[in-house]
Amino acid sequence: MNAIMQESLRAATISVLVENESGVLARVIGLFSGRGYNIDSLTVAPVDDDRRRSRITIVATGTEMVIEQIKAQLDRLVPVYRVADLSREGPHLARELALIKVVGAGEKRAEALRLADAFRARVIDATTESFVFELTGATDKLDAFLDLMRPLGLIEISRTGVAAIARGTRTI
Amino acid sequence: MNIVTQQSASGAEILLRALKEQGVEVIFGYPGGAVLPIYDALFQQNAIRHILVRHEQAAVHAAEGYARSTGKTGVVLVTSGPGATNAVTGLVDALMDSIPLVCLTGQVPTHLIGNDAFQEADTTGITRQATKHNYLVKRAEDLARIVHEAFHVAKTGRPGPVLVDLPKDILINPAPYTEAAKGPHRSYRPRIEPDATRIADAVALIKGARRPVLYTGGGVINAGPEAAQLLTEFAGLVGAPVTSTLMGLGAFPAANPQFLGMLGMHGTYEANLAMHGCDVMLNLGARFDDRVTGRLNAFAPGSKKIHVDIDPSNINKNVIVDIPIVADARAALRALIDAWKSDPTRQDHAALAHWWQRIESWRRKDSLKYTQSLSPGAVIKPQHAIKRLWEMTRERDTFVTTEVGQHQMWAAQHYRFEKPNRWMTSGGLGTMGYGLPAAVGVQTAYPNALVIDIAGEASILMNIQELGTLAQYRLPVKIFILNNEYMGMVRQWQELLHGGRYSESYSAALPDFVKLAESFHAVGLRAKTIDDLDPVIAEMIATDRPVIADICVDPRENCFPMIPSGAAHNEMILGPEHEDEAAGITDEGLVLV
Repeated sequence: MNAIMQESLRAATISVLVENESGVLARVIGLFSGRGYNIDSLTVAPVDDDRRRSRITIVATGTEMVIEQIKAQLDRLVPVYRVADLSREGPHLARELALIKVVGAGEKRAEALRLADAFRARVIDATTESFVFELTGATDKLDAFLDLMRPLGLIEISRTGVAAIARGTRTI
Repeated sequence: MNIVTQQSASGAEILLRALKEQGVEVIFGYPGGAVLPIYDALFQQNAIRHILVRHEQAAVHAAEGYARSTGKTGVVLVTSGPGATNAVTGLVDALMDSIPLVCLTGQVPTHLIGNDAFQEADTTGITRQATKHNYLVKRAEDLARIVHEAFHVAKTGRPGPVLVDLPKDILINPAPYTEAAKGPHRSYRPRIEPDATRIADAVALIKGARRPVLYTGGGVINAGPEAAQLLTEFAGLVGAPVTSTLMGLGAFPAANPQFLGMLGMHGTYEANLAMHGCDVMLNLGARFDDRVTGRLNAFAPGSKKIHVDIDPSNINKNVIVDIPIVADARAALRALIDAWKSDPTRQDHAALAHWWQRIESWRRKDSLKYTQSLSPGAVIKPQHAIKRLWEMTRERDTFVTTEVGQHQMWAAQHYRFEKPNRWMTSGGLGTMGYGLPAAVGVQTAYPNALVIDIAGEASILMNIQELGTLAQYRLPVKIFILNNEYMGMVRQWQELLHGGRYSESYSAALPDFVKLAESFHAVGLRAKTIDDLDPVIAEMIATDRPVIADICVDPRENCFPMIPSGAAHNEMILGPEHEDEAAGITDEGLVLV
């Protein structure tokens, strides 16, 4: 309808350092649902010795205006220390981990194992008719591996969502 | 287990001590099981006054009225469960209008939380999106710190409501006292002072403007009376027209010739066309609300925009601006004035004079005009009732609250405010039933002032029970009802947008407001025709008791000018007094509210 909506979408990887108090995750999630923003991935865990601070990594897709809004809205939450847009503040690394269960026999099973080797996935559980692979990498690498596993007996996936950090000496 | 010594104070006593340290003088509340320890502690002291309302929603609006008229933080005390849920509308109202409140809610004892206990509700869960921040006190040692922090968060940065949920065992058991922290908060540090470079850029832009306009909002009021004085000083330096949002009325004196009146959906012709035609706009403490901007892609086309807001999330939210300045309005105005005086650039005074000529031509349209017959027995026009109310009270320091609807817009258009903190209305949320409890809060703060709730006959019924509060505390609030026997704004939209099908908007089975007043120990007056209007207003003002003045007004009158939803500023509908303008309401506009 207008210029804003024609603007192109981008996926932003946003790191948020928060006080580890009760309800802080609900506050962040409520902000997204209440304002209609889309979350592609969200991870959270304490990151300091005394577990007082947690780091939330959010991957969200939106127009530039929406991404800026998301950052500003996050930043004004009382328990938020800092919001960093890793995709804008310089090169960064983003990784997620997936546990992938593949069931099959014969040539399909052998092919699954060969591909897992090519992707450097580890076998962390095996039976005569199944494997559980552990794979770490960027989201698109995981997606590519899962696409390959689908015809080979993929039956279950558990993914952690993205954890991200800036390259070099920069910190949040 | 620790043995409690006699000297230890209970959590409830510690709570009151923290409130006293925060300078709290009055609490608006309603008791219940979970907060009985607080009421017991209140009973045994005299420093803090408690005003007993008749419904928890009213407690919040009363605290809002108190906060908005005094600049202090309003305090609410309600019980768990229904006490807390009834308060939610008021909390969202305060959130939308940036009003500093601390709401204390009772909660079931910590060991029962999550058990669906009697009068249990997940109050922090329910109010997470209804507050600026909220807390559940789980440990006695956190109590005093959290109460202090709640006041800090409520009042600083963009003000708003903060809720503290207090389990009953925390209130009963002993708790240690801690004084308010002196240093900055660990994670919450709002920006107050503006960026000097941006201020210089803003001054350069305004000095070079040929058609500048100042668009001011509630942020100027929230920044304190000094901000309003600085606004007048800065506007005088610039010589630009000034228009205000609904929330900002009173920050700039209405009598100042530079004032164009309110802008937006029911703003004046000159204010909206000045916004549409400006080349540089300075937004001070307003948030480009949809009621102000109209259709976004036609909003002030071609203008350069400067936006001063204390909340960074308001910047570029609805409208992309050229110079964003995150700051408190007072600090920003101070910096703008200093930078203006030290900048040697001269303004284009010829262009400014030409701009004022155009504005004067719009002003001559007299977009708020109406026709009131003064012949005996003539029906009262609602605009005239407000105008006479203003004329007959303008010599006093009058405080006005409103409900929501046509009467609210007529009050904003025809009552003229010269000072900040005199106008209390529900802007963002548009809460019917706001005005009477808000007036309770204002009159509590200013027992001897003239406090008027300009109401509609539908809105007033939403919190009419507060007549009991007026009687109990002898609060001489004047309720001035523009009675058109319709939910007038609903009826107006149905007339203009829904083919005149007046679905459920007729105020059937109304009470006799005169008798209603009398039954609540107030004075009831009624004006049926123009002959009654002035005597009723005069008697209302002269009466030193609560009054309901039932002003029977023309039920067919509509509130104009009006920018239909989805239309631009230059597509305003003027009233029946102006026949030349026709405006289109688009299909897109119809789905907007």
